[in-house]
Amino acid sequence: MTAWLIQHLRAIALTGRQVAVAPLSYLFQVLVIGVTIALPLLLYLTAQNLERLAGQSQADARIALYLAQDASGKDADLIAARLAAHAAVAGHRFISREEAIRDLKRLHGIGDLVDALPRNPLPDAFIVRARSTRSADIEALRAEAARWPKVALAQLDSAWAARLEAGLALARALAAGLAALLAAALLAVTFNTIGLQVVNRREEIEVSRLIGATHGFIRRPFLYTGLLQGLLGGLAACGLAALCVLLVNRQLPAIGALYSADLMARGLPLADLAAVSLFSGLLGWLGAWLAVTRHLWRLNPR
Amino acid sequence: MIELDRVGKRYSTGFEALKSITLTIADGEFAVITGHSGAGKSTLLNLIAGIELATSGQVRVDGQDPAGSRSALPLLRRRIGLIFQDHKLLHDRSVFDNVRLPLDITGFAPRDGAKRVRAALDKVGLLSRERALPVSLSGGEQQRLCIARAIVHRPSLLLADEPTANLDMDYAQEIVEILRSFNQVGVTVVVSTHDLVSLRMARPRVIALSRGMLAHEADARTEDTGQKGAYRPTLRRGDDR
Repeated sequence: MTAWLIQHLRAIALTGRQVAVAPLSYLFQVLVIGVTIALPLLLYLTAQNLERLAGQSQADARIALYLAQDASGKDADLIAARLAAHAAVAGHRFISREEAIRDLKRLHGIGDLVDALPRNPLPDAFIVRARSTRSADIEALRAEAARWPKVALAQLDSAWAARLEAGLALARALAAGLAALLAAALLAVTFNTIGLQVVNRREEIEVSRLIGATHGFIRRPFLYTGLLQGLLGGLAACGLAALCVLLVNRQLPAIGALYSADLMARGLPLADLAAVSLFSGLLGWLGAWLAVTRHLWRLNPR
Repeated sequence: MIELDRVGKRYSTGFEALKSITLTIADGEFAVITGHSGAGKSTLLNLIAGIELATSGQVRVDGQDPAGSRSALPLLRRRIGLIFQDHKLLHDRSVFDNVRLPLDITGFAPRDGAKRVRAALDKVGLLSRERALPVSLSGGEQQRLCIARAIVHRPSLLLADEPTANLDMDYAQEIVEILRSFNQVGVTVVVSTHDLVSLRMARPRVIALSRGMLAHEADARTEDTGQKGAYRPTLRRGDDR
């Protein structure tokens, strides 16, 4: 076994001993880091899930063509033929005004109110499914159809998705900003906790230096402590995020049923979880390095 | 070999602890640096160990300047055994762990290290106390523990700052006997002390300092006095008052 490996094993053992001396205090430090990282992580997860949802909605985007009240069956047939021949249209369905009023009565339970009306106010309509999922293509199709004869209104159902997408871009920017801020906070937390440990072991550091310890030797156990603290904090953050996803998923199916949608939030993939933990560990390592270097410099500015 | 060439040390307060000291201590020598309080004894040892930096002149230990590169200093210190007046023991660690520290620093394998530690503790008569904490040891035992830590990595140079201070005569004699035994196997020993009486049996070379200057040299083996100076050390018990 090389001296290098022995020194690293010794530093790891020392880190373990430090944790064992005050496990509860260490646990709380890890939790603080975990909560700190969990905040931007949850914001990121929320943005990811909403983005996925928006993507699905975009894919399901439909254009509703409402015909004019005076449109005849022949007019409807002409429009149906145009739709069938149109290259940008994947499919279409005709909903007659009679079918629409039946659905209105059945789905919304307002039969009595509808029956009281002197005549059916609903128009004939076509539900058009675009071939492309790009919002620009869908919008072009909508604009073209709006100009067809006897088409009173061409409405794109995914207009809300565009607004959602803009909101998501903002949420992603916020998550990135928050992550940067909280990374700085994590650095400060590690810097302070490791700095305190350095002060507590000042005597040992001074004696070690006097009998030939290099700065690397002195730094090593603190670096492992910071790294471990960061890694565990990152894992705690991932655990907290997974817990939140689990709790949200207990409520989402009920909400999804109201909109006839299959809503389920997704957690982060394993690779992303590993990246978060590793990043957190690296921040812990960096915080520890800064803390020990500062104290070593104070002890001996040479 | 330790070489000091016109070495001076002035503190930021303006106090001049050492003034142009030129001195050579050969390998295998037993040298005692003595003088009144404030004469510069501890400062001289600190300069040799690289704990402090000279403000003028040059210090060389085995041809290396302790004030040289920061990366070279730890390696130099691993060839030196330091015995401190205040012991500088780690009070939250056992006797065994205190002595093992220099071996941890050099990356010694644990099993070989344990053998070395026990040999060092045996040498200073503390083997039976290896699990004790330093606070439970007497002053003499703590000093012996400090010596065990200084010799466990088998240094070629031992620097001891007032190793017999605050010890009664019997304990002091024990410490000197231990230091002498290392010197007899070729280790260079440099001791700073007021207590020349305890050190008489080691028959050292005596280097006297006075107000930061080299004042006098004597060879205890012959009590042959060198040049006259402001501080004349005495090697006879009872005269050192």
